[in-house]
Formats: sequence, structure tokens, C-alpha cells
Amino acid sequence: MTTTMDVQNSAAVKTEPSLRVPIVLGVLGVVALVLFGLLGPAGAVTTFRISTGADAIQIPALELPTRATGIALSIVILALAVYSFILVRAGRKTPTWLLAVFGVLWVLTFLTWAVADKSTSIVSLLQGSLLLAVPLAFGALGGLLNERAGVVNIAIEGQLLTGAFGAAVFASIADNAYVGLVAAPFFGLIIGSMLALFTVKYHVNQIIVGVVLNVFAVGLTTFFFGSLLKDNASTLNSPPRLGVIDIPILSDIPIIGPVLFRQSILVYILYVAVILLTIGLFRTRWGLRMRAVGEYPKAADTVGIDVEKTRWHNVLLGSMVAGLGGAFFTVGSVGAFGEEMTAGKGYIALAALILGRWNPVGALLAALLFGFADKLQQVLGVLETPIPNQFMLMLPYIVTIFAVAGLVGRVRGPAAAGEPYIKG
Amino acid sequence: MKLELRGITKRFGPLVANDHIDLVVEEGEIHALLGENGAGKSTLMNVLFGLYTADEGTILLDDEVREFDGPGDALRAGIGMVHQHFMLVPVFTVAENVMLGHEETRGAGLLDLDAAREHVVALSKRFGFGLDPDAVVENLPVGVQQRVEIVKALARDAKVLILDEPTAVLTPQETDDLMEIMRQLAASGTSIVFITHKLREVQEVADRITVIRRGAVVGTAEPTAPVGELADMMVGRAVSLGVDKAPPQRGEETFHVSDLTVIDGVGNRVVDGVSFSIAQGEILAVAGVQGNGQTELTEAILGVQESAGGSITLDGRELRGLRPDQVLTAGVGFVPEDRTVDGLVLDFTVAENLVLDLVSRSPYSKGVAMNLAAIRSNADERIDEFDIRTQGPAEEVGRLSGGNQQKVVMARELSRSLKLFVASQPTRGVDVGSIEFLHKRIVAERDAGTPVMIISTELDEVAELADRIAVMYEGTIVGIVDADTPREVLGLMMAGVPLETARERATQHEGDDQ
Repeated sequence: MTTTMDVQNSAAVKTEPSLRVPIVLGVLGVVALVLFGLLGPAGAVTTFRISTGADAIQIPALELPTRATGIALSIVILALAVYSFILVRAGRKTPTWLLAVFGVLWVLTFLTWAVADKSTSIVSLLQGSLLLAVPLAFGALGGLLNERAGVVNIAIEGQLLTGAFGAAVFASIADNAYVGLVAAPFFGLIIGSMLALFTVKYHVNQIIVGVVLNVFAVGLTTFFFGSLLKDNASTLNSPPRLGVIDIPILSDIPIIGPVLFRQSILVYILYVAVILLTIGLFRTRWGLRMRAVGEYPKAADTVGIDVEKTRWHNVLLGSMVAGLGGAFFTVGSVGAFGEEMTAGKGYIALAALILGRWNPVGALLAALLFGFADKLQQVLGVLETPIPNQFMLMLPYIVTIFAVAGLVGRVRGPAAAGEPYIKG
Repeated sequence: MKLELRGITKRFGPLVANDHIDLVVEEGEIHALLGENGAGKSTLMNVLFGLYTADEGTILLDDEVREFDGPGDALRAGIGMVHQHFMLVPVFTVAENVMLGHEETRGAGLLDLDAAREHVVALSKRFGFGLDPDAVVENLPVGVQQRVEIVKALARDAKVLILDEPTAVLTPQETDDLMEIMRQLAASGTSIVFITHKLREVQEVADRITVIRRGAVVGTAEPTAPVGELADMMVGRAVSLGVDKAPPQRGEETFHVSDLTVIDGVGNRVVDGVSFSIAQGEILAVAGVQGNGQTELTEAILGVQESAGGSITLDGRELRGLRPDQVLTAGVGFVPEDRTVDGLVLDFTVAENLVLDLVSRSPYSKGVAMNLAAIRSNADERIDEFDIRTQGPAEEVGRLSGGNQQKVVMARELSRSLKLFVASQPTRGVDVGSIEFLHKRIVAERDAGTPVMIISTELDEVAELADRIAVMYEGTIVGIVDADTPREVLGLMMAGVPLETARERATQHEGDDQ
């Protein structure tokens, strides 16, 4: 009897897709409805500002009744969860757009509740998110170049840090932020060349080298900070900051304009980098060979591709990209360099790389998610909402853990990442 | 293109893998390179392909001396190789794999995927391969993957094609197809080096045969040479190709597997409703092409693979759901298919490996301490009994030859009194001398009244050992037949043809031949 039961169960496992996704969505929907809708403050008004003072077209601020909006949005959210359930029942997967829309609406519902009787600017929230995502995105792209060629890059953190240091010093000396921007990649290269030397040439365990290099980068920058920058702060550690560049016409589009096209040059370089990398990775000889080396280096070797050279090139290029991202911390935001100022952002970039499935666009979106959470936490801190903002900071990482654990399908990285290639 | 190797020598430390090898392959010739596993065939071809650099000797193409610094050079010179383990990127499409390394581009350096697709389709049509250029390689069956490898070589205008043990992963029917392809290629002027240790195939397809033993050429032969003669050359002494074994003395059926199902991580039924029984004193051989569920079946019996349904009973006791150590204690001896990964701890000594699963019991340990003297004397006994060629019990197992490693595994498993003996690929990568010995031990275990289950992808081995043969295909048992079933029938069954149809088709074939 048990035998037949087991067989039936196993058959059931095979034919029916998992109900995990719809159930998670459903629970989140109910939480939103109860917490942000039904239990929301009655009679309160939430104000979202949509235009900035500099906009050509001014849109009046949105004033919403907190509780009614929360309930309305929650109902839409629950409808999405139900739709997902129906799809799964019909044997289909929950589409990614549904998850995306669900996420956006859920956050909006939460925001409506959190900003009750207060006012916040949507534009500055999004603008800030994008800006905070910059170092994460550059770090993730740098890591992507490494990992797609088969070298795990734990040293993103170190590359960001040296990049930040180099940008600050050179921008200060030249009194020009753009000089710092040019210097940053070469400081990332210091870490990258060591990573390549030890992992590619000497086949040392990539994780260990990466961790050691991070510690090394902290030691190196702290040493120079203490021995040089502190005493000569005015000449070596007071860099000018990158200005905001308005893209004509585009920056005048409501909401999108100020968010996407009223940014520093680093953001525009990021756009270009994502586009170039996407094309490069999937549409060029360089990308095909890089991916082959990252998936199955021996196969690449047997068709005459130099595995070692490919890995060297990509590790060095990747470190330069990450180093450039490091410039954000100094010339891109606060200006002066500070000890250990990257504060683990390199590891978060690594998480963005994984969440983005080793894809440039995916990595950018994941970085934006993390950037948004960071900005949201800042905004809520100022608004003094009932939720401790540390919880907000945790949210994206909880999302990452679920994502990597397989909630949105199995995440599969380059097969040979982490394995040294020893010929013969 | 004519290929000539003169005095090729390749050393790895003190080991001479290739010792002054001379070889001439004429244009349009199928030249078989015959030798045992470890004779140095693959090393020689890796030298030719530029993966290794020869210590001595020269390579000539059309009587011109060439030097290859890496596979890129060899490819440009017109040498293509189909490796034993396919060199295909699993997540790439067929077209991407074929174009890799010599990509055509257009416009601003963008890949010209259309050109690659057309190339694949054209070549595939010419040889009747039926390849889809946009199929992702990891989703293709191995036989088709091999065709992708061949197309990959042809797409680079290979004039010399090296096939390294190409039939190891194929069904007999796929092997026949491959041979037909080889003949076609040779007819169109491609020179083919066919590396193998299977005598039957050599006789069928080769124009000339060069036999290699212990890294040196021991002679050449015509395909008409008798099998026994070729085998003698390969092994270096007269080998009896067949174990003397008495008819089985079948006792009670004590081992039953019924309706066993194993589902893998992605939901495939890798073992699908398998049922069979083995009697005391008989050998059941499970035949089939690699990857048809044999591994999962044995692992489910041992308990390292979770099974989704069915039952496994030994002497009336249910083994399903037990931990591997409980299964072993219940009297199961198990030889895993990959000894270097699952059967031995290579860094441990011979003595330690001989008691790996026994060490926690008396007499090998007392309380928490190991009894080193007992372990040592056990090792001495086993080394003697199984003729394990080693410097001594304290030698690391990883330093032994494949055959002697396998003897260690076998000695350990057979040193207990067993109620069931399961051996997966018991002689894979083992020299012919040891094969004989191991086969005799397996038969001896049977004669002692133990039910024996052998899993082998080599039909020769199956034919030699089996009292009955179960053929597996895609997780199911196609049929269980007597040991004297013709190879052709077994071959068809290995491709999934049911027993009756296979019999009919096989007899038809014979009719056609006459």
C-alpha cells in the first residue's frame, strides 16, 4: 500500500509545478492588506512629490488618503497572487514581469503607509537609489568579467576601496574630479593584477586569494591614509566632486528625466558599460570565447583559445571596471577618502552579480534593488517611521537569499568559475 | 593528407608514456591505433594535437616537418580531434560550439551566427547527421553530441581526424552508424586515426592497425588478422578471452528489487519501475549504454541515492530507507563504478583503504582506538590473496596502477562474508591481466553461493560473466535474457527495442546477409 502511495506522490511531484511562489506572494499580499491597509491610520494623507524645482514641466504633488490607497493597492497585489496561483495550477510558471510588478506595488503600498501624514519626493528617492546603485553595479560588472572567464572575484571590495583611494588622491592633486575618475581603474588594477597572478598563473584557491586581497587593500589604504593623507588633507585628500550633468531635452521628461538624465558622469558611464558588456558578452567573438573559458576551459583550449591569456585579460579588465566604481565613494559622493569607506559594498556587488544571474542587465537591476533599499532606509530614517530602518536594510539581502535558494528558478553560474585551469 | 610520426617520445617524470613511436597514416586511410587502457594511445594523440609537447621526435604532414605549439597550430594545420570526453560547452548551442575558436564576424565585430548555422546545416546534410544548429548541446543525447564534435572538426577543414575511443559511449547501433560515417569520410579523402581497445571494431572498419603496448609500437597488422592474435599483441602474452566457469548452481532467490523508482533533482525518472531478482549462486549482469540509470540503480541499492518508490529486499529484509552503513552491515558488498572517487581514499594507505568500511568494528578497533596491528595483518593477507602489486601496506593507494587499485576495492568488499555482491564496472580501466584475475574472483564469489550483480557497459564483460543479462535503457529494464542471447539482439535492446522486436529484427538481418 505504501509503495503505491509513494509512486503516486512521486508522479504528483513531477507533473505539478511547485506552489511555493503563489503561496509566498499570497502571504505577502495578506500582510500588506492587513498591516498597511486595514490597520493603516484612518484619515491620514500621504503626499508624494513628483516634480523637482528645476523641472520645466511642474506636476502637482500627489495627495492620497493613506488607508484607502493601501487597501486598493493590496487588493491589486492579492489579485496578482491569485493570478500566479491560477497559472501554476495550469502547469505554467509565474512570469518574471508578474514578480516585478508585485514587488513594485508591494513597496508602494508600504511606502504609502510609512509616509502617512508626511511627504516625500519620489524623484529624489529614485535618483538617490540609482546613485547608490552605481558602485554596486560597477562592482558587479567587474565581478561578471572575472567570473564569466572562470575566476571568482571576492576581491571586488578591495578593488572598490583602492579605486576610491586613487580617485581621491589624484583628483586632489590635479584639483580635477575627472582626473580621479581616470586614476581609479588603475588603482583597481593593483588588486586585479595580483588576483590574476595568483589565481591564473599560480592556481591558488580563488576564494582565499580574494579574501586576502581584500584585507590587503584595507591595510594598504589605511596605511597611506594614516601616513600621508591625514597630515596633508588639503593637498592629497580634498578632491573636488563630480558635477551633475543635465542631458538636454531628456532631462526635462517628468520623473524619468531627473532620475535618469540629471546625474553625474559615472551614471552615464554605467549605462554605456552595461550596453557594451551585454553586446560584447553575447554577440562578439571576445564574449563567446570568454564564456567558453568560464564554462569549459579545456574545450576552449582544444579549439586553440589561450585560456590563461583570456583569464588574465578579463581579470584585469574586471578590476578596472570595479576600480572605476570605487571612484563613486570619493569623487562621486562625499569627496574625501576615509578608512574602510566601502563598508562591504563589494560583497553586496557580488550578491548583485548572483541575483542578476551573471548577466549585465540583471546585475544592474539587482544593484538598483539594493540601491533602492539603501535609499529607502535613509528616507525613512529622516521621516521617523515606526519601523527601525535597520530592518529595511536587511530586506534586499533576505530577497537575495530566497532568490539564490531557488525561489525564482535555479541560479546557475559559469561552470568553471572557481577552478584553476591546469593544462595537460 | 598523409600523416607521419617519427620517433615520438614523451616522458612524465620517470614514466615513459611514448617510447620512440613511429606511425604512418596515408591519405584516406582509416588507421586503427589499438592498445589497452594506459598503453599510451591518448598521450600520443595529445602530442599530435599540440596539447603535449614531445620530448623527442617529429611530426610530418605531407612529408613536411611541422611543430605544434598548442591545439590552435594543430587545427590550422588540418588536424581535428574528437576527444573521448567531448570538448563541447554544454550551455552553448551547436552552432556556437562549432564556431568557437574560428568565429566569423561581420559589421562592427559582431558574431556572424547565421554563417555558423549555415555551415552546420550544410555539413550535417552532407553526412546525414540531422543536426539542429540552435539546439543546446547539454540537451542532446551523447550520440548526437559526438556528431557535433565531428562537425566541429570538419568545419575547420580537418584533413586528419583523430577519434579517441569514440565508441565508449555509444550503443552498438550508434557504433555502426559511426563506422559508416568514418568510411564516408575516408572515401572523401580524410585520413582517420581511430583509437580503441575494442578488437571487434578494429576488424570491422580499419584499413591498417598499429598496436601499442606500454608506450611502444609492438607491431602492425591487417584487419584480417584473427582476434586472438591482435589480443596477444595488445597484451603481450596469450590471453584466454573467456573465464572458465561452470554452469550456475542456482539456490534460493534471496535478493529482490521490485518497482524501484529513482527521481533525480530535475524530476526525471532515472530509474523507472525496475524489478528483478537474483538467486544465490548466479550472476545477473546489467548491460546498457552508460547513463541509462545503472549508476542510480546501484546507488539506490546501497542507500546513497534516495529512491522514490518500490522495494529492495535481501533475505526478506527491506533495505530501502536504510543508511549505506546499515546496508553494508546487512551483508552487501559494493564496488562503485568510479574507484578513484567513491571506492578509495587515494591519499590513504593500502592498509587503511582495505578496512575503510570495517574500521569501526572488531578486530580493527577497540573502543575509540584503531587496532593498527590487526589492520596491518589484514592488509598483508589481502595483498597476498589478491596479488596486489604494491610496495607494501603503507603505500598510498593513489600510487598504484588502476588494476591494483581495483584489486584493493574488491579485496575489501570480498573480505567479509556477503549475502549480496554488487560490482559496477568492475574492470574499467584495468589491464587485461588483472581483468582475468578479477573476473575469476567474481565467479568464485558466485560459486560460494552469493547472489552477484554486475553492472557493465562492455558487452564483452557482460557475455563473459553473466548467467542472465538485464538490459537497461532510459531507466527501465527492457528485458532480462539468458547469457547466450546474440549480441545483435542485446545491441538492439540497449537502444530501447523490446526483446521480441529485437529478436525478429536480428533474424531478419541474418536473412538479408545470406
